[in-house]
Amino acid sequence: MPLTIALPVFDAKLDAAGQFPLRAAEINTLQVNVGKRCNQACKHCHVEAGPNRTEEMARETAELVIDALRRCPQIATLDITGGAPELNPHFEYLVTEARALGRHVIDRCNLTILFVPGREHLAEFLAANRVEVVASLPYYLAQRTDAQRGLGVFDQSIEGLRLLNRLGYGQPGSGLALNLVYNPTGAFLPPAQAAIEAEYKAEMGRRYGIVFNNLFTITNMPIARFRHFLECSGNYGRYLDKLAAAFNPAAAVNVMCRSLVSVGWEGTLYDCDFNQMLEMPVEQSSPRHIKDFDLYLLSRRAIVTGEHCLGCTAGAGSSCGGVVA
Amino acid sequence: MADYYDENDLSRFAEIGKERPDLMEKFFAWYGATLEEGALTKREKALIGLAVAHAIQCPYCIDSFAQTCLETGGNTEQMTEAIHVASSVRGGAALIHGLQALRSVEKVSM
Repeated sequence: MPLTIALPVFDAKLDAAGQFPLRAAEINTLQVNVGKRCNQACKHCHVEAGPNRTEEMARETAELVIDALRRCPQIATLDITGGAPELNPHFEYLVTEARALGRHVIDRCNLTILFVPGREHLAEFLAANRVEVVASLPYYLAQRTDAQRGLGVFDQSIEGLRLLNRLGYGQPGSGLALNLVYNPTGAFLPPAQAAIEAEYKAEMGRRYGIVFNNLFTITNMPIARFRHFLECSGNYGRYLDKLAAAFNPAAAVNVMCRSLVSVGWEGTLYDCDFNQMLEMPVEQSSPRHIKDFDLYLLSRRAIVTGEHCLGCTAGAGSSCGGVVA
Repeated sequence: MADYYDENDLSRFAEIGKERPDLMEKFFAWYGATLEEGALTKREKALIGLAVAHAIQCPYCIDSFAQTCLETGGNTEQMTEAIHVASSVRGGAALIHGLQALRSVEKVSM
């Protein structure tokens, strides 16, 4: 009798849709996680970042990132994340070097970092370098935002957005992109991106006089702190069922891991920031460290998948840039 | 009540169609269609569903529509207002029957 091994749930869903194994396509983004230190400790954080974390990218590794960008002009975007990426002492080096190479740079900013002592110049630095700011704001009301991100975070985030608006961010014609991120404040899926974006624009303008460009809805991944919350609250099984039931093959075609490579603080290469936190590097036959970065080989790699991948393929899909289908 | 209501029944809802799947199929098609975006948004429909769920006091519907409200971007302030509408309509419906009671009293009174 032939031995048949059942595929895990996500791979089985891909297989049924004729998309297994998932493979990379054209890589246009290098997403670099420069460390796990953060001035916040959000309850859903997949990095489990916080003030007590010490992991951070060294200068030598940051230089290897810039070398990789220099060698690969096809990579149009450097996407910098953390932790609070701005706490890394080499953050500004990465930004200025990537900009000098003509690359688009994204800073995944928690907004409160703009007021941390020693970082008061940050907002002006970002504007001067025309960095796209992608800022977390899980809801336009304080209670739900603070419940996820910490008491007082909402009010300071509003001040951060006002500061960015004053510098031209989010203002029509300025070219300074300010995008917000909605992510559910619990064990439920995000609403339709277009509908909640329209509501955010109306409410952020009416309540706080704030303008921004786009709202990205991002599904919470069932890993790390969010998984802990799911398990402690008895929601884990139900949440996984919800993600699996909402599997959308159209979203699987456009998942972000197909067009980016994720770099860890120590230089290891991953398919995405979530795999990075699960310590699942790119497949063994691909270059696995930034010092060996090879765009040709990496753009032909098979993606390493897990149960958590259901989070990126549920409904309209989810990525660091919002919905994908 | 725990003996009578099981939250896991919500995900087993379709099993009630075992005897007459044709009827259940019609029900689910109709049910799904009523909640699609139309002249009302999905959230408005979810809030109506939540209000009705409270009026008929169905724990399955309350659970389901509370989640739908969240997943359509709603918040607890909006949900609370919807629940108050349902409650006040129920309260008003009880109260207006007071006129029947008064008429009944009047009928037998000198």
